[in-house]
Amino acid sequence: MNMLRRTALILPPYLWLLMLFLVPFLIVFKISLSDIELAIPPYTPTYDPEKGIWDLLSQLDFENFIFLSEDSLYFKAYLSSLKIAIISTFLTLLVGFPIAWAMARAADHWRPTLMMLVILPFWTSFLIRVYAWKGILSQEGYLNQMLMNIGLISDPLVILNTNIAVYIGIVYTYLPFMVLPIYATLEKLDESLNEAAVDLGCTRTSAFWLVTLPLSKPGVIAGCFLVFIPALGEFVIPELLGGSNTLMIGKVLYQEFFSNRDWPVASAVAVILLLILIIPIILFQKNQEKQEAGQ
Amino acid sequence: MKKSLLPLALAAFAAPAFAEEVRVYNWSDYIDESLLEKFEEETGIDLIYDVFDSNELLETKMLAGSSGYDVVVPSGTFLQRQISAGAFQPLDRAQLSNIGNMWDVVASRTAQYDPDNTYSINYMWGTTGLGVNVGKVTEILGEDAPLDSLALIFDPANMEKLAECGVHFLDAPSEMIPAALQYLGEDPDSHDPDVIAKAEPVLMAIRPYIQKFHSSEYINALANGDICVAFGWSGDVLQAAGRAAEAENGHEIAYNIPVEGALMWFDQMAIPADAQNPEGAHKFLNFIMDPENMAAASNYVFYANGNLAAQEHLVEDVIGDPAVYPPAETIENLFVTTPYPARVQRTVTRMWTKIKSGT
Repeated sequence: MNMLRRTALILPPYLWLLMLFLVPFLIVFKISLSDIELAIPPYTPTYDPEKGIWDLLSQLDFENFIFLSEDSLYFKAYLSSLKIAIISTFLTLLVGFPIAWAMARAADHWRPTLMMLVILPFWTSFLIRVYAWKGILSQEGYLNQMLMNIGLISDPLVILNTNIAVYIGIVYTYLPFMVLPIYATLEKLDESLNEAAVDLGCTRTSAFWLVTLPLSKPGVIAGCFLVFIPALGEFVIPELLGGSNTLMIGKVLYQEFFSNRDWPVASAVAVILLLILIIPIILFQKNQEKQEAGQ
Repeated sequence: MKKSLLPLALAAFAAPAFAEEVRVYNWSDYIDESLLEKFEEETGIDLIYDVFDSNELLETKMLAGSSGYDVVVPSGTFLQRQISAGAFQPLDRAQLSNIGNMWDVVASRTAQYDPDNTYSINYMWGTTGLGVNVGKVTEILGEDAPLDSLALIFDPANMEKLAECGVHFLDAPSEMIPAALQYLGEDPDSHDPDVIAKAEPVLMAIRPYIQKFHSSEYINALANGDICVAFGWSGDVLQAAGRAAEAENGHEIAYNIPVEGALMWFDQMAIPADAQNPEGAHKFLNFIMDPENMAAASNYVFYANGNLAAQEHLVEDVIGDPAVYPPAETIENLFVTTPYPARVQRTVTRMWTKIKSGT
């Protein structure tokens, strides 16, 4: 009886994982072992009931993965995505922490309003907000016009279609994901700890570095992962704001699939991206567990 | 009298709930949108109109199967590939009463992609050439700037200077590589990997100066003065010129067919093999082949069409513009391409990825 209950409890999450992760993954994995073909669908072999499953399996090979390893493009694209993701996570933290801190220190009756203001941008489509940045950052855009009008610069700055625009886009888009977890930890922070530090001879500043910052670590880590993981595979922001020099794995994946129409290679890139993303996701999971154990 | 109208009015409200649908997938900025409403009014069919900006993207959807569209518009070479993959159904000419309006000069050319035009009708055709902001480019390169030569975009000395005001290239290897080969004096339609490889150093030498590879953004970017040169499609550049003139922002945009020769392409309307509503799709094709409708579309987007009867309805800005309807001696200088074999295709796409990403 107990056994049955346990199975019933465990079954739904496992079924969920099976249907929404494992089955799609296996389909993509199978395509990554196939060959390109001008047909519908554009790869071979496909399952033929007459010849059976063994005939299908015998035609699969790891050719596409060998192709990826022989071409430095894919490795460089991964490294470049990693760089962009790390830098933009750091920048998001730099911008997000002071916001979260100010929110946590604000008077009680202001907090719901401030919280609302952080969430408010989500009411507009993400795509439209990224598109709006094109209008701000372009050569004849609002930013350049403003800077030129106040006489700060004489020639327009080239920001759109460079990596700088990608950083701006990622920081802007993911800022709430950084602010909210940090705010959650800072808000719960016991203010008396800071007072005690000051009473014991700390200045306000050193109290911040010695007390507030270490205690906000769980929120900072959660925020960083929430920004880093999606930024690594980001496609829309580099596509809209980045230029020809922006190399990201999300863009390469799109190119393989939609421009080169090479589903097998695109699937192989996707399989590798997934394997690479699993590492930070596992680290995140571990961190969450540790945090829960700590509480 | 008033009473008897009520049921009719009710019926009119009730009808759309069960209305028939036609789903059309066409290039962006490629129709006068009032035609879409006109089609709905004339036929009572709900028209769902989506747009794309690359043949490659369309082919991905076609080869995935079940695209959900009833009419799609691939260019000649892509049409030919997709026909061989079994993506389209033959047209039923009995349902196309307007087919007699088509222009035999264009039809004979499109027949090389689609023998006897079995699967498709020509929608529009054009060339791939140079879109320039005349003022900005002459300011940078001087009065004798080669505004109508491929040297403008393939000579690194010119591109280095133009980089500061912005250059966009089409994100279309099947058009950019033939152009580079033409600049070198090679056969632009070569399928020989060794010849195709010669395009790589030309494109790699200028890639640092290209702000973006994109196939539709350049219309607005040219019109707003964000970029000063685009290698793009004839009508798109002319639309940019129109938008700049309308905005009176001081940017003069011109479209030039390169003197070295340019790619001539044909966009063909075809019906996917698995279309949900082939009958409605035929109605749409027939509607497009109506001379007035076709002329309205061309007058709006500045592309030539394959419809002879439509020519009398074209405005002078379109039929009289040599950039839209090139004179016979220019047409002689235009070239066409044929699809790459699968093996060569991979070389081409890999080269393109290298050019776009720099690695």
